[in-house]
Amino acid sequence: MLDAVLAWLPYAVAGWVLLVGCVGIVVSNNYVHAVVCLAVVQSATYLLLLAIGWEPHATAPVFGDISTKARVVDPVVQAMTLTDVVVGATVTALLLALTVQLAKRHGTLDPDEVRSLESDQDDHG
Amino acid sequence: MTARLAGRLVLLAAGVAGVGALLVVGFGALPSFGDVQHGYGVRAVAASLAHRAANTVGSVTFDQRAFDTMGEELIMFAAATSAVMLLRRMRDEEEQQARHDYGGEDVFGALRLTGAAFLPITLLVGCYVIAHGHLSPGGGFQGGVVLATGMHLAYLAGDYRVLERLRPSSLLDIAESGAVAGFLAVGLIGMGLTGSFLDNWVPLGTFGDLLSAGTVPILNGLVGIEVGAALVLLVARFLDQALLIRQEGEDA
Repeated sequence: MLDAVLAWLPYAVAGWVLLVGCVGIVVSNNYVHAVVCLAVVQSATYLLLLAIGWEPHATAPVFGDISTKARVVDPVVQAMTLTDVVVGATVTALLLALTVQLAKRHGTLDPDEVRSLESDQDDHG
Repeated sequence: MTARLAGRLVLLAAGVAGVGALLVVGFGALPSFGDVQHGYGVRAVAASLAHRAANTVGSVTFDQRAFDTMGEELIMFAAATSAVMLLRRMRDEEEQQARHDYGGEDVFGALRLTGAAFLPITLLVGCYVIAHGHLSPGGGFQGGVVLATGMHLAYLAGDYRVLERLRPSSLLDIAESGAVAGFLAVGLIGMGLTGSFLDNWVPLGTFGDLLSAGTVPILNGLVGIEVGAALVLLVARFLDQALLIRQEGEDA
C-alpha cells in the first residue's frame, strides 16, 4: 500500500503545486503576488521533471570522480529543468518590469483596479 | 466576498477540477516514481562519454541539445532586453543624483570588509564554475548568476556609487550581445566544417581534462558571459528605478 502511494506521490505533489499556484493567480489582488504565483506554477514542472528522472541507488550524472559504469539518474530531464529555471527567471524579471511600469502609470497593483492598458493620466498617453 | 470574486471562484473550481482530472489520467500513464527504465538517459550518458564530457547534464545542454539551448539563449536575451527597455527613464521622469548616496555610511565596518574580501573571491568562483561546466556540476548559466551576484556585493557592502564605478555598463552591453553572436558563430562554423549546425567540431581532448568535450566549454563560457552581463544590466535597471528615477517634481 505504502509503495503504491510512494510510486505516485511526487507526481501528485507536482500536480498540487501547479493547481495551488493557479488558484493563487486567480484570487490575487496584487500583481507582484500574481507573478510569484506564476513562479510557483512553474516550479511544479521542476518537480515533475526531476521525479521522472530519479531512480533508486543512482547518483548525479557527473562522471568527474566516479566510474563511468556507475548508475546515474536521467541527465536529460535535469538539463530540461535547467532550461526551465532560466526561462522562468527571465519571464519573472520581464513581468516584474511590467509591474513596475504599471504601478507608476496607474498608481495601483490591484488587477481589478486596472481598467485598460492605457495610462490613467492624460499627460502620459 | 464580492459577487465578482465568487463568480471567479466558481469558474476556477471548474478549471481546477478539469485540469486535475487530466493530470490524474496523465500521471497514471507515467512510469512509476523510481522506475529504472530511462531510454533517453542511458543514450544521453553514452553520447556524453563518447564526446568526452564528464558532466552529462552539460553535454546534453551544450552538445546534444545545443540547438534548444540557443533558443533558450535568445529567449533570455529578448526578455532581458525588453525588461531593460521597460525600465528606462521615461520622458517625464528625472534622475535624482542625491539619491546615489543611499546606503553608504550606514554599512557596518565589518560588513564592508567582508564584502570587499568576498567580491573578488565570488567572481573567481563564478569563473571556476563556468570553466569547469563540462567536468563538474555547474556551467555557464550557474556561473553567470554567481558572477552577477558577486558584482552586487559592491552594493550590499558599499553603496550605489561603488557599484556604478565597478560596473562597466557599456562593456557589459557589448559582452551580452557579443556572447549571443558568438554562440551563433560556433554553430555556423560547425555547419561549415561538418555540415550540421552546432555540431561538435572542436577536438575532443582527454576525458576529465579542462580542455575536453569539444565545443561544450566554449559554449559554457559564452553563456556565462551572456547570463552574467544580462543579469547585471537587469538588476541595474531595477536598482535605478528604486533609487534614482522619480517623476519630475516629485520629492525623493
